[in-house]
Amino acid sequence: MKARVHIMLKNGVLDPQGEAIRHALGTLGFDGVHGVRQGKVIEIDLASSDAASAEAEVGKMCETLLANTVIESYEVEIL
Amino acid sequence: MKAAVLVFPGSNCDRDLAVAFRNAGCSVEMVWHKDTTLPDDVDIVGIPGGFSFGDYLRCGAIAARSPIVGALKSHVERGGYALGICNGFQVLVETGLLPGALIRNAGLKFICKPVDLTVETTASDFTSGYTKGQSVTYPVAHHDGNYIAGPDTLAALTGEDRVAFRYGGNVNGSADKIAGILSENRRVLGLMPHPERAADPALGGADGADLFRSLAIAAVTA
Repeated sequence: MKARVHIMLKNGVLDPQGEAIRHALGTLGFDGVHGVRQGKVIEIDLASSDAASAEAEVGKMCETLLANTVIESYEVEIL
Repeated sequence: MKAAVLVFPGSNCDRDLAVAFRNAGCSVEMVWHKDTTLPDDVDIVGIPGGFSFGDYLRCGAIAARSPIVGALKSHVERGGYALGICNGFQVLVETGLLPGALIRNAGLKFICKPVDLTVETTASDFTSGYTKGQSVTYPVAHHDGNYIAGPDTLAALTGEDRVAFRYGGNVNGSADKIAGILSENRRVLGLMPHPERAADPALGGADGADLFRSLAIAAVTA
């Protein structure tokens, strides 16, 4: 079973990299880009075949290591 | 006084930090991140600068979950001193021993230059050798030194006189120009600038030597 974790800076936390991308898009002629936020995607290959326990386990991984919950939010997707 | 300097894969200021401690009169032991205990009678743990674990995932994130960090937390809970510089500061916020987080510099550039700092408080054993409001120059060398924290945390840091150093100007976008902060018991200091790289006149400046000197004196009498 595979899990995919999406990690984003929380709303309100300034994202300097997203801002740089937004600026570059404008320079390239892409009008109408109001904002860009850059995050991370982490794919995890799990031994478990039970979706509920896998989701709980990956949630724990996020709280323990994968996300810094002071500044980041995360979403777990079981594939 | 006895100092332990933690060493992670990718640490690169560990020996500089050891030299600064030794020149202040400390005995120093280097401690590998896979160890689970600190040497006996350690007064202060130094967490050095560098790029532990290649800055993978987040700066300091993997180092903060190393086996030795359990011993570091116990040491701090006992009231022991800890000094985290640059990547060491990032490790301390990742462990939760200091509040807030350090994100990418507002200007996105890696900044490597001497900067002017203001000593904001002398009410700590790290800063008691300075005068309040004194300007000191330490080098910075970081990509992720932009300090952020929630409004309540920022208010508490200022209200409790726990901002140890502020940048003289806007260096990296840090909230309230914060360059270094103290724990509630004032025995843990994390800062992005490098006092150990300004601890000998041969290095181009010795403003950082006072930090190690006052700490060494305090640890002997503590």
